Amino acid sequence: MTYFLQLVISGLVVGSIYALAALGFVLIYKSSRVINFAHGQFIAVGAFVVYALVAYLGVNVWLALLLSLVSTALLGFLVEKLFLKPLVGQPIISVIMVTIGLASLIDGLVHLTPLGGGNFSLPKFLPEGGIAFLGVSVSYPQVLAVFLTAVFLLAFGWFFQRSTLGAAMRAVADDQMAAMSLGVSVEHVFALAWAAAGITAAAAGFIVGTISGINLEGLVAIGLRVFPVVILGGLDSIPGAVIGGIIIGVLENLATGYLDPLVPGGGTSEVFPFLVLLLVLWFKPHGLFGTEEIERV
Amino acid sequence: MPGERPTRPEDLGEIVLEVNNIEVVYHDVIQVLRGVSLKVPKGRITALLGPNGAGKTTTLRAISGLLKPEYGKVTDGRIVYEGRDLANRGPEEIVRMGIVQVPEGRHVFKHLTVEENLRVGLYIHQGRNAREEIERIYHYFPRLRDLRNKLAGYTSGGEQQMLAIGRALMARPRLLLLDEPSLGLAPLLVREIFAIVERINAEEGVSVLVVEQNAAIALKAAHYGYIMEQGRIVLEGTAEYLEKNPDVSEFYLGVAKGGGRKSFREVKAYRRRKRFM
Ligand SMILES: Nc1ncnc2c1ncn2[C@@H]1O[C@H](COP(=O)(O)OP(=O)(O)O)[C@@H](O)[C@H]1O
Ligand SMILES: [Mg+2]
Repeated sequence: MTYFLQLVISGLVVGSIYALAALGFVLIYKSSRVINFAHGQFIAVGAFVVYALVAYLGVNVWLALLLSLVSTALLGFLVEKLFLKPLVGQPIISVIMVTIGLASLIDGLVHLTPLGGGNFSLPKFLPEGGIAFLGVSVSYPQVLAVFLTAVFLLAFGWFFQRSTLGAAMRAVADDQMAAMSLGVSVEHVFALAWAAAGITAAAAGFIVGTISGINLEGLVAIGLRVFPVVILGGLDSIPGAVIGGIIIGVLENLATGYLDPLVPGGGTSEVFPFLVLLLVLWFKPHGLFGTEEIERV
Repeated sequence: MPGERPTRPEDLGEIVLEVNNIEVVYHDVIQVLRGVSLKVPKGRITALLGPNGAGKTTTLRAISGLLKPEYGKVTDGRIVYEGRDLANRGPEEIVRMGIVQVPEGRHVFKHLTVEENLRVGLYIHQGRNAREEIERIYHYFPRLRDLRNKLAGYTSGGEQQMLAIGRALMARPRLLLLDEPSLGLAPLLVREIFAIVERINAEEGVSVLVVEQNAAIALKAAHYGYIMEQGRIVLEGTAEYLEKNPDVSEFYLGVAKGGGRKSFREVKAYRRRKRFM
């Protein structure tokens, strides 16, 4: 039982990271139907900005986090204004190609710096040890990961459910022309969605940095991990991104803990979540929470 | 002269909107409006009537700036609102100037609740107290209050029409453009909706330009009307004048004897010919 709980809790931590990463991805897809292949690079930029500020400039970790959130928000905003806005009205495939190009561009730029290769870790800023929970010990970085994720998700949840701007962003996703008829600036909403995606990506990158190391390939890989998560949760569902992320994180850990010993060579965590995914799609083709068209006049 | 009845839109009030001889083309090739002119007097309800495909929706889109997303363009003429030219302004700017269009077919945000739909209407006035503004809409549409937490996509056609109008009112327009509010609704509901529009017009002084195929109901609410066919205005006058006009009765008010609907132009030509025979 303790073993099971241990697996679930570390699954929750990984799942939180997936949830944050997926949230940003869904925000962009939901508002503008763009699939952002550079999302992993956004996560990497977030993590490296924190690392560079702390390691090279001696900035306080929390201040570095804040600055990192601001800079990825700005990055998202600028990407939308510079690369995507000129493509409004173009086929969606062209837009997606641009995000793939952007991913390579950011990769290349990171490689130009000393951060491109190797592993880095943030200096310890949390006390050793952790807290005991139902007989399972949870390290402070793990506690922080879950806590930060919860804070971000609640903040975004509040924004989308309770604020006028949040409602307007969902309105654009629902019916662009009707939103325009009320004076909503679709351009502004797209840019905001990209900025918000940048913020969640940096948060995810920071959490990865506190619980494991920072490494370009590893961070970019999280961007790809987002795909099964959002397909499971429903490509355009915010709660779906969160729940999908947590489910995939937990399933991966359970597979590693229970199935790997049975399979020579292991690696079931790479496969098992996809089996569950296929099963879910069999019954729910739009994912667990994806939008199904409301057909009613 | 005492007792003289107003016959021009100017006589009903100061002109807030003047559409002057506009031509509209879609996709750079399809010409839909061929010189449309109309005036909307302040604080009044003006009806724009005509058969399907006449160009009524296009006229509204030209005013509200919603032509562009449809790949349409005003290629000639002027649209002047409160003394300012609207040409080449985007919908966002035009909404901020005080003109809001309720699109044909309602277009509620299906996956948002009724109250969230209203909230989006507050986009250009985010500083205002949302609660108060929403209550103001519930005052006109009490039914929306009962539905506040329901997803708009699951409400009835009439409720969606009320929501679409309420949502537009949240932006506090001075000129409201309504595109076929009666579309697909039962007569009783249509009357209810027009009664509310008349109330809003009377109580808040909002000028209304309403497009309708249902001429009878629109002329009952309106003060002045225009009839449009094939991209042109073919007749205009006060609502009473249009209601009494035999051609209008015959072709738009459903009192035709012959059956089979001919165009308004055809009758005029036919009558002219008849006179000569
Ligand atoms: N987005 C569009 N692109 C091309 N043609 C259009 C578009 N919208 C309307 N039209 C055409 O313009 C004409 C007038 O349409 P519309 O303004 O919708 O008429 P009404 O509202 O009076 O029924 C119709 O022939 C219609 O097919
Ligand atoms: Mg129409």
